[in-house]
Amino acid sequence: METPALLVEGLTKTYRPGDRPAVDGLSFTLPMGATWGLLGGNGAGKSTTIAMLLGLLVPTSGRVLALGHDMATDRFAALARMNFSSPYIALPHRLTVEENLRVYAHLYDVPRMERRIAELVADFDLGAFAQRPAGELSAGQKTRVALAKALINRPALLLLDEPTASLDPDTGDWVRATLERYRADSGAAILLASHNMAEVERLCSNVLMLKGGRVVDAGSPPALLTKYGRDDLEEVFLDIARDRRRAEAPA
Amino acid sequence: MTGSATRRVWGLMYRHLALYRRSWPRVLELMYWPVLQMVVWGFVTAYTIRLAADPAVFAAGVLIGGVLLWEITLRSQMGFAISFLEEVWSRNLGHLFVSPLRPRELVAGLAAMSLLRTAAGVGPALLLAWGLYGFGVWNLGPVLVLYLAALMAMGWAVALAVTALILRHGAGAEALAWGVMFGIAPFAAVFYPVSVLPAWLQPVSLAIPAAHVFEGMRAVLLEGRIAWDHLAWAFMLDGVWLAVAAWIFLAQFHAARVRGALLNIGE
Repeated sequence: METPALLVEGLTKTYRPGDRPAVDGLSFTLPMGATWGLLGGNGAGKSTTIAMLLGLLVPTSGRVLALGHDMATDRFAALARMNFSSPYIALPHRLTVEENLRVYAHLYDVPRMERRIAELVADFDLGAFAQRPAGELSAGQKTRVALAKALINRPALLLLDEPTASLDPDTGDWVRATLERYRADSGAAILLASHNMAEVERLCSNVLMLKGGRVVDAGSPPALLTKYGRDDLEEVFLDIARDRRRAEAPA
Repeated sequence: MTGSATRRVWGLMYRHLALYRRSWPRVLELMYWPVLQMVVWGFVTAYTIRLAADPAVFAAGVLIGGVLLWEITLRSQMGFAISFLEEVWSRNLGHLFVSPLRPRELVAGLAAMSLLRTAAGVGPALLLAWGLYGFGVWNLGPVLVLYLAALMAMGWAVALAVTALILRHGAGAEALAWGVMFGIAPFAAVFYPVSVLPAWLQPVSLAIPAAHVFEGMRAVLLEGRIAWDHLAWAFMLDGVWLAVAAWIFLAQFHAARVRGALLNIGE
């Protein structure tokens, strides 16, 4: 059987003793080649979950196997084959786009570095501003650079936090197409946290709905739409956020 | 260290060097304080010589030597801590800590950057001291290399502890990166021997690696002998300081992973 991209068992995080867990007994298995969505309102536990999956945060209990490596004991082996992008973490803003990519190519021990950077510059259409400092770029340009950085090591597991936040519809659509193409070409697994329901419907084969740190529902977008009797995932999201189950939801 | 590890260390160094390559104010800043300190103290020394005649010829070397060697410790500590702070300021720590960069590689990269920053910063001051006052720090002889190593190591130990405090308290601990060595200086016997200090303070001074280096420096300049005992103490204390600082750093790094602080430092 193929090693899953992520095997998560009973993942729990309580920041302070006595507090309600930010993530409470989360379990799921993300297969290779799949794109899954992590949905939930603010404070649902998405960022805490992603931080634990990346090894940035030590769980209170439970475990994460990323690409077959236990993140508690062997996280660096997994991190070499993973990557991450979030609009909330910046790249050094005084380095140029190319210099930033070079830094991360070194950190991820990327072979044939200059060729890989040239590929990414072409794929993400970064040529016009490759020599400009990252801090001078527009939000859309920064997001493209961050995604290029996230693909520098051709990750087998890609974690994305709001990959199209603050992008105009055209750029957002372009990013989604690029992610779809990358997953199809590489067979990588992608886990994305997003508030953009249209994005999740388009990209994800399965969705985990989080609330209060727990998975309150899960399934493919079409299955969730059927289950909640809704036309789009945004209405499903609101039903869950407002505790309206299918039976209570307006027809 | 494996090839991959070396490359990751180089990646971290490149991140800083790429910035220096085209930022002359940053390069200038490296040299500014060492040169300034050296000039001020050089003139103070020259004045002392005029006042005190003969014995001050030795004092001149002792004082300028103290200034220059102390700058090595100071720049070594600041070079390390400020390279780390650059990552905090640019909110880049999250990306670094989700890469395969191990904590020991982060420390090695910061130490290597500190070495380069120190060389770039203090080098011109050494040459200026030779040109203006005829004092070449190389007059200390080959043992100078060991003194420099002991002082650099002390700077790294202090910087590692400061970095740990930044991990614990965020950018709020930034002031320590700039000022902590100025607080240690009066007890490090930079410009006067340990015996000048009150008796109760001398054990404190003797627990500082730099104090033994400066006692050794004075032994060379004033008595023409190498004080191997002081050198041995300096390296032994460096080992202790580095071990304690590394333990504090690793403990705070783990604590930051438990608290979830690695993504938020600097905010």
